[in-house]
This record gives sequence, C-alpha cells and structure tokens, in this order.
Amino acid sequence: MSTATHVHVEHHDAPPRGIWRWLSATNHKDIGTLYLVFSLIMFLIGGCMALIIRAELFQPGLQFVTPQFFNQMTTMHALVMVFGAVMPAFTGLANWLIPMMIGAPDMALPRMNNWSFWILPFAFTLLLSTLFMQGGGPAGGWTLYPPLVLQTGNAFPFVILSVHMMGISSIMGAINVIATILNMRAPGMTLMKMPLFVWTWLITAYLLIAVMPVLAGGVTMLLTDKFFGTSFFNAAGGGDPVMFQHIFWFFGHPEVYIMILPAFGVISMIIPTFARKPLFGYSSMVYATASIAFLSFIVWGHHMFTVGMPLAGELFFMYATMIIAVPTGVKVFNWVSTMWKGSMTFETPMLFAIAFVILFTIGGFSGLMLAIAPADFQYQDTYFVVAHFHYVLVTGAVFSLMAAAYYWLPKWTGHMYDEKLGKIHFWLSVIGVNILFFPQHFLGLAGMPRRIPDYALQFAEFNALSSIGAYIYGFSQLLFVYIVIKTIRSGEKATDQVWEGARGLEWTLSSPPPYHSFTTAPEVH
Amino acid sequence: MTAPTTSQANRRTLRRLLLIAAPMFGFGFAVAPLYSVICSLTGLNGRTSDRPVAVAEVQGEVDKTRTVTVEFVANVNESAPWEFAPKVVRMEVHPGQFYRTSFIAQNLTGAPLVGQAVPSVTPGPAAPHFQKIECFCFSRQAFKPHESKDMPVVFRLDPSTPADISTVTLSYTFFKVEDKGS
Amino acid sequence: MLANLLARMRYPALGLGLLWSLSAAADLKLNMPEGVTTISHQIYDLHMTILWICVAIGVGVFGTMFYSIYYHRKSKGAVPAHFHESTTVEIVWTVVPMLILIFMAVPATRTLINLEDVSKPDLTIKVTGYQWKWSYDYLDEGISFFSTLSTPAEQINNLAPKDKDYLLEVDNPLVVPVGKKIRILTTAADVIHSWWVPSLGWKRDAIPGFINESWALIEKPGVYRGQCAELCGKDHGYMPIVVVAKTQEEYRQWVESKKAAKTASLGSDNPGPAMTNAPGQPAPVTAAQ
Repeated sequence: MSTATHVHVEHHDAPPRGIWRWLSATNHKDIGTLYLVFSLIMFLIGGCMALIIRAELFQPGLQFVTPQFFNQMTTMHALVMVFGAVMPAFTGLANWLIPMMIGAPDMALPRMNNWSFWILPFAFTLLLSTLFMQGGGPAGGWTLYPPLVLQTGNAFPFVILSVHMMGISSIMGAINVIATILNMRAPGMTLMKMPLFVWTWLITAYLLIAVMPVLAGGVTMLLTDKFFGTSFFNAAGGGDPVMFQHIFWFFGHPEVYIMILPAFGVISMIIPTFARKPLFGYSSMVYATASIAFLSFIVWGHHMFTVGMPLAGELFFMYATMIIAVPTGVKVFNWVSTMWKGSMTFETPMLFAIAFVILFTIGGFSGLMLAIAPADFQYQDTYFVVAHFHYVLVTGAVFSLMAAAYYWLPKWTGHMYDEKLGKIHFWLSVIGVNILFFPQHFLGLAGMPRRIPDYALQFAEFNALSSIGAYIYGFSQLLFVYIVIKTIRSGEKATDQVWEGARGLEWTLSSPPPYHSFTTAPEVH
Repeated sequence: MTAPTTSQANRRTLRRLLLIAAPMFGFGFAVAPLYSVICSLTGLNGRTSDRPVAVAEVQGEVDKTRTVTVEFVANVNESAPWEFAPKVVRMEVHPGQFYRTSFIAQNLTGAPLVGQAVPSVTPGPAAPHFQKIECFCFSRQAFKPHESKDMPVVFRLDPSTPADISTVTLSYTFFKVEDKGS
Repeated sequence: MLANLLARMRYPALGLGLLWSLSAAADLKLNMPEGVTTISHQIYDLHMTILWICVAIGVGVFGTMFYSIYYHRKSKGAVPAHFHESTTVEIVWTVVPMLILIFMAVPATRTLINLEDVSKPDLTIKVTGYQWKWSYDYLDEGISFFSTLSTPAEQINNLAPKDKDYLLEVDNPLVVPVGKKIRILTTAADVIHSWWVPSLGWKRDAIPGFINESWALIEKPGVYRGQCAELCGKDHGYMPIVVVAKTQEEYRQWVESKKAAKTASLGSDNPGPAMTNAPGQPAPVTAAQ
C-alpha cells in the first residue's frame, strides 16, 4: 500500500465533522457522495428547464415565455444535463465504486479528486448566473455554433469560462480514474478480471482526456474570435464557421459515448446479479466497448451531413457510423444471452436495467436510421433527432444511473430502499418517459424542426401528449429524491451481499462499507 | 507492491496523462491550419485559393472539346451596405482557357467603406481547380461615398477539373471590414 | 398506420393503443411525407426499408428477451445455467449484422449519389437566409424578393384564432415549375440557417460566406411548406418556407408578371433585396490574354 494512502488513513480515520468534512474531502466515498448529490441537484434544475420548455410547447402559440428565453432554456437544459447531471453522476459512481471493485483503499490522487469536484459548483454557479445577466443566458444551443453564439450578450465569456472549468474538472476526474485503475488494483486483479463497470470507465476516462481539451481549444477560439479580432470561424477574415462544427463534433461524438459507456458498465453489472448467471461474453464486451470508443473518433461528420460535404466525405461518415451498430449490437445480444436461462428476479435495479436494454436499443435503431445520410437530410435537426438522443440519454444513461442508485444504495447507506416505492418510481418513469419521447419521433418525421418555441397546428396533438408525459416523468423523479432520503435515514438493515446473485469485491465489504475500503488488499483469484 | 511505488506510479501516470491532454488542447488549434490544407486539397468547404495563380505556373492545354458552365453569384452580408451583382450570370467555358468577367459593387452610404469579398465555389471538389490570376477578392476594396466600382476577375478552370463537374458556381459574399482591422 | 402498428409491436405493455385511437380521430401524421420529387420517393423508400429492418431485428431481440423474462424467472423455479461465453455465437452476431448493414448501405449509397448529382439543371434559384426571413433570387430571370412570415402576431399571442396554416404561411412564396430540374443554391447573410421543405426530401444549410447546392424535380403542382431547420436566434421558429409548384405554363405567366411588375416599379422603392443580379444576358466570353 502506498505511503500516501497510509498517511491519509492515519489522519482521517474518522471523517471530520460538519461542512469541513465535505469541503476538505479526499475520501473517495465522500467525494462520490458529493458528485452524486450535485448531479441530482443539477438533474432537478435541468429538469425544471425541460418542464418550462414542455409547458411552452403544450399548445401552439406563445403562452409562457419569449422565444429568446425559450432558446436560453433549451441551451441551458442541455449544458446542465450533459455537464452537470450525467457526467458528474458517472464520476460519482466511479469514485464510490472503482476502489471498492478493484480492492483499493481509495482513489489514486485524493487531493486532485477534491479539486475536480469542487470546481463544478463554481462552474455551474457561473453558468446559471448568466440567466440573470443583461441579455440573458446563452441561447445559441449547447453546440455553441458560430456565428450565432457570437451574438450572445454579456453571458458569452462566462459561458466559455464555465465550459473550461467543467472540462478541467472532467479531465482531472478522468486522470484519477485511470491512475486508480492502472496502479491500485489488488494483487491478482488482472485487467481481464476487472468488473465491466471498471473497464468501461477506464475507456471512458481515456476518451475524456482525449476530447475535453479539444472542446477547450474550440471554445477558446470562439472567445478570441469575439474579443481579440481573430477569424477562425469568420468567413470575412478567411475562416469558416463550419470548422467549428468539425471541432465541436470531434469532441461531441466521443462525448456521447462518455455518457453511455459507463452506463453499459452499470447494466453489465446488474443483469448478471438478477439473472443469477455470469455475464455472457465478458471479453467480447470489453472489445466491443473499445471498438465503440475507437469508432467514436471517426464518425463526427454524421452530425453535419447537411453542411454540404463532398460525396466522398458523406459516404465515409455514413459507413463508419453504420459500423458502430455492430459492437453495440454485440452488447445487446450479450445482455439478452445473460438473461437467457437465468433465474431472474425483478427488483427495481433489474427493472431499470431491462428498460434500459429495450429503450436504449430503440434509441440505437433510430441512431442507425440517422446514420443513413440521404434519409438524414430529412431527419437532421428535427424532433426525430430529439427523440433519438433522449432515448439514448434519458432511457439510456439516466435509466442506468437510476438502476445504479437502487443497486448500490443499500451498499452505500447500509439500508434497503423501499422496494414498493422503487417499483412505483420505475413504472411512473418508464410510462412517463415513453409518453414524453415516443411521440417526438412522429413529430420529427412529420416535419417539426427542433428548438422552436411555437409550431404549426398539425403538430399540436403529439406535443400536448409529449408535455403530459414530461410532467409525469418529471414529477415522478421527486419520488426518487424521497426514496433516496428515506433510505439514507432509515430502512431495513442491508446485508453485506445485499443481492442474492451479487458477485464482486464491493459486496465483500460491510454495508455501509468502512471509511477506507480495503486497507489491506484482498487476494483475487 | 511496496509503499512508495504506488504513489510514484500514480504521479507518473498523472504526468503521462497530462502529456496526452496538453497536445489535445493544442490539436484543437492545429485543426485550423490543418483544415485549411485539407480544404485547399479537396475543396471540402468550397473555398478557392486566396492567392493569385501566376500565369507561368498554370499547366495543361486548353480543352476545346469540353464545356463547363460557370455561374456567378453575388451576396452581401447583412451588415454590409453595398449593392453587389455579377455583370453576367453565366459563362460557358473551356477548361484551360482564361476568361475575364467582372462584378459591380456600389457603396450605398454617404461614408467611405472598406469591404472584403469572400469567394466560395460549389461543388466543393471544383474549388481546387478554380484558378484566379486576378480577383478583387485578393485584397480589401475601399469605396468612396456612393462610389460604384467595376471589379474584374480573371479566372481559368484547370483542365484537371473532374469530368463529372458540368456546372461550377462562383459566389462572392461582401463583408464590411470593421475599422479595428484584423 | 404503419408507424402505429410499429409502435404497438414495440410496446405491447405501454398502451400505445391510445396513440392508435388518437391518430384515427385526428388523422395525425406519423410518418415522413413521401414527398413530391424524384429524390424524395427514394429517400422515403430508404427510410421505410431501414425502419422495417429495425422493426424485424427489434421483434427478434425483444421477443427473445421477453420469452426469457417470462420463462427464466426464479418464481417459476428456473435454475440458472452456467454458460457464459461462446466464440461461435459472438462471431455469428458480429458477421450477420455486418451483412445486414451492407444490405442497407447499397440503396443508401445509390440514393446519396443521386441526391448529390446537381448537374444539368433547368433553372437555378439562390436562397439566402436572414435573421429571420428568406430571400429568393432567380438567377436567369432577374427576379428577387424576400419571403417573410405572414401569420399575424395576434394569432401567435393567442389573441386571435389560428389559421389552418398557422406559422407556415408567407407573404411571397417561392414559385417554381413542375417537371424541371431546379438547382437550389443556399447561403446566408448573418448566421447559419437551414432550408428545409420536407416534401422535397432534403434540407441544406445556408452558411454565411459559403454557397451550397442541392436540387429538386417536383412532379406535381401544389403548395409545399417547410421551415428553417438550424437554430438561428430568437425568431428561428418564425421563418417558414412556402414553395408553390405550378405547371410550366402558369410558371411562365408568373415570371412575366413579376418581370412586368419589376419594370413598372423600377426607380421607385424596390422591395427586393439589396443584392439584385443583373438580368441574364448572353454571356460574352472574352479571353483575358
């Protein structure tokens, strides 16, 4: 064991009390908790923005907000959900679970871990404060396309700075994950014995380190274009606004996988537990994850088929994107095979995991349709795309986070959650989310563009339906908050193994686990 | 594992990973020149060269057997108070031959103005083959109040222009150049 | 109909029968329009082919899963098997999807090549996106005009009942002939816009300083409506597109009347955009050297 960790153990065997415990936190569980609580708050804030959007879209005509504010809501909703809710939530899971899963006492770089979390509240305070500035918050979409984004008012430099801060936070978090996985594994825990959640996070962390700096570079160029007279994206000075789209999506497509690969990991942990059968095709799962990560670097062009690329470019990006269906398909087939001839029970985590497999696959199908370049000329920038990425990110990433929360909450808190309430939460969520997003496929195909505050009458019925779904889904998340608080405070005592079929090092620790996970490394065979 | 090794290993890993992150930040900026090079080779964004081609440099014989339609389009960026139009809308050209045409621009304001015309060619793959030995787009154009100018372009389509290209559109967009310059 | 059926097959448990009754009641549009151009039919067919392949795969995968969920559950006394890998099946389910993808890629490639074949147009129209309106320039006719939303603000602010074509109506529609290959150049004057009429089968970004091209051959006369598809600021939702396709005879008449109106108003306030193109004359070809 490392000296650093030993010293750390001596000084902080019991956590300091009060606020200082959290401000000075270097313990992986405390930081994991901070990340998870932060992301839950952001999820609720971003959710409120979504509800404002859906309220305005409930009926044709302008009812509640101005078009400018509507655009601020769509922009902020995306930024908050992507960078504030989903990414920190997975980092929180990584902090809590990776040391426990690989038999380490803590994360590799605990002090950096503290910084990487505490940057985030400042970044998001900055970002959210722009809503109250002269000219309002950013309204050019989370993709920040110039020249439109350069029309942002006083908020502009604040948005760029907050994106930089989020990027730095993610990179530090990713470095920590990699260092922990590479250097802190228990003896005998070879790479190919690591739980799949650890594997997917290892690959995700490399993606983060590779692409977050590219985004930082891109937004810095926006900043210099706006304030220092450069012309990277300004046609008048010899630049090209489309180049920003290339840079953005070179970051943006791997970013999509940054948000979904850890979800694959979570699902690959949960399904075997409740099927009481080992994961089918472990090594093919690892290879599939790695190939998806590799492919994510060469498909960015499919986000910009309509900008007018030469035919060869369109063909390349179309074929490369279609190929992603293969490793993704392998994953789905492996999950189904894991269930096959198992002995399944359906506790809340398993319900969310099954919903994930079905609904994420539907998102995958629409993704495959979007990959077909000629058809994409119709789908691009419509509600079909909105439906697609919400199936992937809400019923994909967010559902996996819900599954993870129910699955590990007894381990984290030492209490069982209320199974009955959990199931109610699941059914409300899954029904609400489908009423919310499924009709959006029809809206998009029928011709409704995205990011519009008002729409033609032919879209009225499905928009109303979608808004109803949004409110069911949105409010049922309050039930989740209640369940979590209730579980932290009380509840039936959880056993160490928690689930009958659970396998892995984290289940050998007590529930809740000791402050330092494995002070002596376990032997893995 | 002995105690110091892990923390040393962690720091080593940290350093190595920063060595990935830092160049990737640089890569973001390196995209700009890289993109220009790719565009000038493939015509990815339809931008023609911003430098004149020397007459001595051009290669290839005039191909009288082949005719390509060249269309001229003028646009004015919204901030730019010009009237701007091509003198002719289209020409039938033989690859390899030089042609001259011109665009007419008028300053609609009572103040002096400086403008910059930005060329764009579609289809993109034709752009690298669109050669100009003279063009008002190579430099900024100063206009006196209400001045009208006839601005020439002398161009040639390289004989190596891909055979499937039968129409080439040359578009200019006039941008107002702000005083601060850049 | 189709998509409804589809929704029901994908969601046996989720009661999307609701959608069924809704759509029957209101004649809702669920699917991509087949469109009215040669290319839009190809795109529609491609869309349907891929959709049905996805449905078939979905039925297979989800069917297997639900079978397993139903029969392999602990409450039914299922005992877990122990198998957890098989190189053979991994290879099978890598190769088979690969073949399906190739099967999809062939028509997709063919359609894409057609879509990008802008050669030999009969007429060329330049479309320029502004915040927040469109302008159309008929290069050969010297006609140019702006096209802005004509829905009154009262309707948007719910002070008056909404028309049938609420938000999809303009003052000056784009008028085009049927049966002619129309080449459409797109560009923009401020920020990026995207010109999209679903019935024509595609959208194309309008980028300031750059020019893009696409084409449409409309098969039957009619009024086709679309919208700006790329976020372009505050009134992005309020810059619709209306294309009126006329027979060639009627189109000629329209062009003549437009030209006559232009001659009449020459010298007075010209409502057209600042950048008018000189009328097309026979191109004098002059060698420079």
